[in-house]
Amino acid sequence: MTEPAATALDWAIAALLVTGAAFALVGSLGLAKLGDFYRRLHGPTKATTLGVGAILCASSLFFSALQHAPSLHELLVALFLFVTAPVSAQLLVKSSLADDADAPRPPDTPDTADAADAADDDRTGDAGTGRPATRRPRDRA
Amino acid sequence: MSPVVATAAEVAIALLAAALLLCLYRLLRGPSPQDRILALDTLYIDTLALLVVAGVRFAEPAFFDAALVIALLGFLGTVALAKFRLRGDILD
Repeated sequence: MTEPAATALDWAIAALLVTGAAFALVGSLGLAKLGDFYRRLHGPTKATTLGVGAILCASSLFFSALQHAPSLHELLVALFLFVTAPVSAQLLVKSSLADDADAPRPPDTPDTADAADAADDDRTGDAGTGRPATRRPRDRA
Repeated sequence: MSPVVATAAEVAIALLAAALLLCLYRLLRGPSPQDRILALDTLYIDTLALLVVAGVRFAEPAFFDAALVIALLGFLGTVALAKFRLRGDILD
């Protein structure tokens, strides 16, 4: 059985498939590795969406060539995903922010965004108190 | 189909399988419910990509309909779970 020679279209489909899957893997790697929820959200919302878009392009090219007719279902799914990914991400952030606002926290705990600064301040702050020299705990009320 | 496309599809399937395992890790590990919802959403999207690649590998357009259904139901599931976390209620 003789295999047909690979054309430029085949190489394009192959490249799109592999890069798309690699981007999806990077997105999931970000989801697994990054530090807190708001950072983790970046992987799936951006890298994975791009990866799936590339894979859908590859599929569209492949089936267009196979059936000798344009195959446009893929564009439908790509469009749907590109519209829905930001919506679900925004809903998740809203729900996470609401949970964070409700969470009781000890009065001395610095805000998450200030944690790095506060750690620096601790080293130069009043000896013994363990409290930053200048920064007062933020009033959350 | 040319062997180039077949090999690329197999490599892509392996990469997507690794992505699915990473999502599963985050789904089991948590810690917050939103992390788990996000992991489930990513799991859906990676599965969709896996089905599309499998459709290319086997030159079978029927895989694509399954991917379409996963896209629709995955989004609805994510929205329902996020709204439930937000308000304790799904419908307004």
